[in-house]
Amino acid sequence: MEFKFDMEKNKDKVEEFRVFIDENRDRPGVLMPVLQEAQGKFGFLPEPVLELISQDLRIPLADIYGVATFYSQFTFIPKGEHNISVCLGTACYVKGAEKVLAEIEKVLGIKSGGTTPDLKFSITPTRCIGACGLAPVVNIDDDIHGKLKVEDIKGIIDKYR
Amino acid sequence: MMSQEKLREIKENARPLLDERLKVEDKTEVRDGNIVLKGDYYKKQVRIALRNCEIILPESIEEYIALDGYSALGKMLFEMTPEDVVNTMIESNLRGRGGAGFPAGRKWLEAFKYDADQKYIICNADEGDPGAYMDRSILEGDPHSVLEGMAIAGYAIGANQGFIYVRAEYPLAVKRLQAAIKQAKEYGVLGNNIFGTDFSFDIELRLGAGAFVCGEGTALMESIEGKRGMPRVKIHRTAHRGLWQKPTVINNVETLANIPVIFQRGAKWFRGIGTEKSPGTKVFALVGKVKESGLVEVPMGTSLREIVFDIGGGVADGKAAKAVQTGGPSGGCIPVELFDTPVDFESLAKIGSIMGSGGMVVMDETDCMVDIARFFLEFSVDESCGKCVPCREGTKRMLELLEKITGGNGEEEDIARMESLAVTISTGSLCGLGQTAPNPVTSTLHYFRDEYEAHIRDKTCPAGHCQALLEYYITEDCIGCTKCARSCPVSCISGKVKERHVIDTDACIKCGNCMEVCPVGAVILR
Ligand SMILES: Cc1cc2nc3c(=O)[nH]c(=O)nc-3n(C[C@H](O)[C@H](O)[C@H](O)COP(=O)(O)O)c2cc1C
Ligand code: SF4
Ligand code: SF4
Ligand code: FES
Repeated sequence: MEFKFDMEKNKDKVEEFRVFIDENRDRPGVLMPVLQEAQGKFGFLPEPVLELISQDLRIPLADIYGVATFYSQFTFIPKGEHNISVCLGTACYVKGAEKVLAEIEKVLGIKSGGTTPDLKFSITPTRCIGACGLAPVVNIDDDIHGKLKVEDIKGIIDKYR
Repeated sequence: MMSQEKLREIKENARPLLDERLKVEDKTEVRDGNIVLKGDYYKKQVRIALRNCEIILPESIEEYIALDGYSALGKMLFEMTPEDVVNTMIESNLRGRGGAGFPAGRKWLEAFKYDADQKYIICNADEGDPGAYMDRSILEGDPHSVLEGMAIAGYAIGANQGFIYVRAEYPLAVKRLQAAIKQAKEYGVLGNNIFGTDFSFDIELRLGAGAFVCGEGTALMESIEGKRGMPRVKIHRTAHRGLWQKPTVINNVETLANIPVIFQRGAKWFRGIGTEKSPGTKVFALVGKVKESGLVEVPMGTSLREIVFDIGGGVADGKAAKAVQTGGPSGGCIPVELFDTPVDFESLAKIGSIMGSGGMVVMDETDCMVDIARFFLEFSVDESCGKCVPCREGTKRMLELLEKITGGNGEEEDIARMESLAVTISTGSLCGLGQTAPNPVTSTLHYFRDEYEAHIRDKTCPAGHCQALLEYYITEDCIGCTKCARSCPVSCISGKVKERHVIDTDACIKCGNCMEVCPVGAVILR
């Protein structure tokens, strides 16, 4: 599915972002913090924003894509209003994280890494989030849901609808 | 401006307040003059790196100072030369806690001796092992101990700038570190002219972006430089040419948290703990099928049995322990027969695993070792940076073989294929990721070969885990309600009303419908 980004509608944010670039341009190794700022501000890395970074910092777009695609945290599609991170670390895996993920995919009708077309939910697979004692663990926005059972999942997701 | 007198004054004011608060909260006690957490879980532990965690308020520099924080830094600035500091580190023989166990003092010495206009200290807080959270707890629970450790390292090698490279998945750690750096600068224990001397040291945070390989020292430096985090070919030591080609010392969070205590109490004291070759303690994240999971810090040389059974209370749900996985994707599975092995760098390497950063995942009889190997290989395939062919392609081929075996299509020759691949991958890869990626396979092949053979020859999974090798079966609990027969898409369930039903296993497509609809749970996988 295509997600469009409108620079006009996001004018204020784009302006703030330009200021951030300006304030940091002399920091060595600035590309990563700039991409992180963009992702934080816009929720993902829209193409026009990457072009802006390229022109402003005079870094070839190909290099920027090279960096952005290397790190799994950067995404080129928007995240939904609610982000469901499913821990697939070792402790969670041995306690059935795979089944939990499969159930979430089933309930939302999207694959891990995707966003629902109504932009309500995203599923993000993650590695250990440091709550192994509560395995299997799912983080929805900032709430940790631990010791999950497959049966509970639908009910939990419904609370965020 | 901070001075030693002022630090003492802050300590004297803050200590009674801390004691008062702890008394009210009643979760600590005093053991050998140290404040420790109460309870059986902590009795067998010796907490050095975690000494302040859950005791002081992480947002409060005063509470850190109340428990002798920044006193080591203050003292050494006046009483020790950088060379003395390096020598004390060498004498303590503190070995890197990030996985490889390289002596910190030797690394410092290299950077100390190398002349340059600019040097750097890096704190590796990328904590990539999936299933481990030791460093996170230190960063969140006691951020100042890491800052003090870094400043000490900076003084020793002559660096005035430090970087902390933190995983982006740890937002709270980032927040606590930011607050701690700000406070430390306000108090004059970080920043310009620390303790009024001409030593200046600043620390900047850099966030990772979800790439495991960036935990590798040179990849991490590439990442800080704003590039793809791919390991460098190691022509130069990073202590000579690291970040921006300047002498750089990179140490792990837990390594750094140990340093202030070593200087408070002396290298001799430190060497008195743990074993001769691996002094001190190690923090483990004890997780998985263990009764009491959590962080455990014990002297090096403690046996796995003591950790899993005496501290962790054994395996949960009345099941039998089968193995412990240490070292994450670079490590191996240690069978229960070897639980008397002391935990130190050498002993674990000898039995085909590694110490690693401290992940310790307990597995019980229902965990399939072939599947665990597959799980870690999948991780390595995902995380290989792609620079070396043996790592990039070899791990993929290895994963395919493991999927073939757990999927019930394994052939006799596959074991030999994997063994040969393992050698190719580990000898032909540039960095530790590729070099150790086959370990989960080789260690399980060594200790649990019969499980591989059962998957391949008998097409069964002894642990009852691998779906493709299991059969749906209706037990005598069946009440003959016929629900399963009606739900079966291929009509392979036969049986009369009120009589036990039977599945024709050859025709079954393993859709799982029958199990879901059975009202009495009579359909099982076996
Ligand atoms: C693939 C790979 C991942 C690593 N991940 C980490 C990590 O997350 N944290 C860490 O401290 N060290 C990690 N290391 C080890 C570092 O390369 C380095 O040895 C360590 O940070 C040095 O600090 P120490 O001597 O204090 O342990 C990793 C190594 C490799 C090869
Ligand atoms: S061994 Fe693997 S992760 Fe390491 S540099 Fe080579 S390809 Fe990259
Ligand atoms: S698992 Fe599906 S195909 Fe097999 S017996 Fe049950 S309902 Fe029929
Ligand atoms: S493995 Fe899931 S929280 Fe640690």
